[in-house]
Amino acid sequence: MNAGLAITRRELLSLFVSPLAWTILAVVQFIVAWTFLVQIDVFIGLESRLARLEAPPGVTDLVVTPTLSNAALVFLLVTPLLTMRLLAGERRGNTMQLLRAAPISTLQVVLGKFFGVYIFLLALLAMLVLMPLALLAGTDLDLGKLASGVMGLALLLAMLTSAGLYLSSLTRQPAVAAAMSCGLFLLLWLLNSGGHGDAVTGFISLAGHLQGMLRGLFTTADVGYFIIATLLFLALTVQRLDAERLQR
Amino acid sequence: MIEQQPPGETQGNNIPDCLLEARQLWRDYDGHVAVRDLDLELRRGDVLGFLGPNGAGKSTTMQMLSGNLAPSTGSIRINGIDLLDEPAAAKRQLGYLPEQPPLYPELTVSEYLDFCARLHGVARSERGRAIEAAIERCDLGDMRNRLIGQLSKGYQQRTGIAQAILHDPAVIILDEPTVGLDPIQIRDIRALIRELGRDHALLLSTHILAEVQETCSRVLMIHHGRVVHESRLDALDAGVQYRISGSTLPDDGTFRSLAGVAAVERVSPERVILTLDSEPPRVLAQLAAKEWGISEFTPQHRNLEQLFVELTARDTEGAA
Repeated sequence: MNAGLAITRRELLSLFVSPLAWTILAVVQFIVAWTFLVQIDVFIGLESRLARLEAPPGVTDLVVTPTLSNAALVFLLVTPLLTMRLLAGERRGNTMQLLRAAPISTLQVVLGKFFGVYIFLLALLAMLVLMPLALLAGTDLDLGKLASGVMGLALLLAMLTSAGLYLSSLTRQPAVAAAMSCGLFLLLWLLNSGGHGDAVTGFISLAGHLQGMLRGLFTTADVGYFIIATLLFLALTVQRLDAERLQR
Repeated sequence: MIEQQPPGETQGNNIPDCLLEARQLWRDYDGHVAVRDLDLELRRGDVLGFLGPNGAGKSTTMQMLSGNLAPSTGSIRINGIDLLDEPAAAKRQLGYLPEQPPLYPELTVSEYLDFCARLHGVARSERGRAIEAAIERCDLGDMRNRLIGQLSKGYQQRTGIAQAILHDPAVIILDEPTVGLDPIQIRDIRALIRELGRDHALLLSTHILAEVQETCSRVLMIHHGRVVHESRLDALDAGVQYRISGSTLPDDGTFRSLAGVAAVERVSPERVILTLDSEPPRVLAQLAAKEWGISEFTPQHRNLEQLFVELTARDTEGAA
């Protein structure tokens, strides 16, 4: 397993010595902070009217949930930038041959790569969560709802990372991998938009499974969806890399 | 553990130290056979020059030996461990430098070597020492904190070699290690290869025949995916052809009737080239007894280039 850790370590090192990681951290933080502040502004504007309602929606529903939802959308666009070079870049730089000649299994390579990006994305998520948590200084939050939303995003990120990793295994060109990942993610997001799809598209669609969790509805079906999709893409990546060694 | 054995002294079939052994390797892509029935053996102290024209199946073979490509049939054993059955254990004994050095340009030399050491499972306590040894052997001391992407081609190549020898593997496979280097760097790398050959088994693929002559103890040529020639280089050097000059040489038939002479080639009335099939002294004794005014008896060094051209050309005709 140590060799897998070596790959994770190297991925993180390569990320943090490149400007890409820092740019992504800064840009995502800025965009999400902006929408967060806008939501707070809206909430303050509505506050007097909300007070007249019998069971008014709280700050968690009006500020935290929309912020996390916006963050999800940003993740769809940012993850491909991080996953695109994972395997396509190794091919291009000829380092794939280094990994293949090393005493390490394909599964270790794939998991090492996966965690290299996933750990970075979890750090990004942790930084975003600080914003809603900052509200604790002035008001009460529904921490259960927040936890459910954060779990949802963490699961979403796992799925996006593994899907991006798989698409990166299909090509030598990182840009092609990024385009395919972006396409796939947006398709999954929009598949059931407006609720017009049938049962199948409803099940495949990303947004449906995520929205429940962001609203605090933590169900086995939704968690299962993300975990199964993550494992499926990881297995496909292993299979793809092994097939390459056998036949070309 | 390390057995010092100068190249040229491993003998016979008693396989004391067979570090790399490939048996009946076949590889085909969609019906096209790239490598057929290839046998290969490398012992400690061997530096095997692996030659072949482009498209002969050289890189396919290198990829199979390095675990990058699975053979269609056949077996590969590295230091006695089967590469297909126990890939992890076998690969721990293997150092591989592909044609393009596998580098991460965004890392420094020491960061990169640290990653490679971890990747090859070098124990934490050994890691620092292994990295230092590799840096020293490849003369990378001044470059250790430089970004690989900013190094010259020569230093990048050396970093690639450092990566291949870092974990002290039994078998080192180098694919065209001197391509793109300047003459001084080439000389340094060749010296390093000869030095490594003393306590490892080295497989060296190259297009430069002089390089083989200078660094290798054995040579293996493949063409159309099969082995067409294998010999020790000193045997090749000794040659079996002798040039004879004399003032009153007889006709070819007379030469042919001498015991030990296989063929006669007439260069001029005063000069012939004999191909011998037995020990030279025996033939020399016979020649000395004749009164042909012989003034010269010189071994003809068949050089590698002649051999290469001969073998690959002959086989092309055969296949056509």
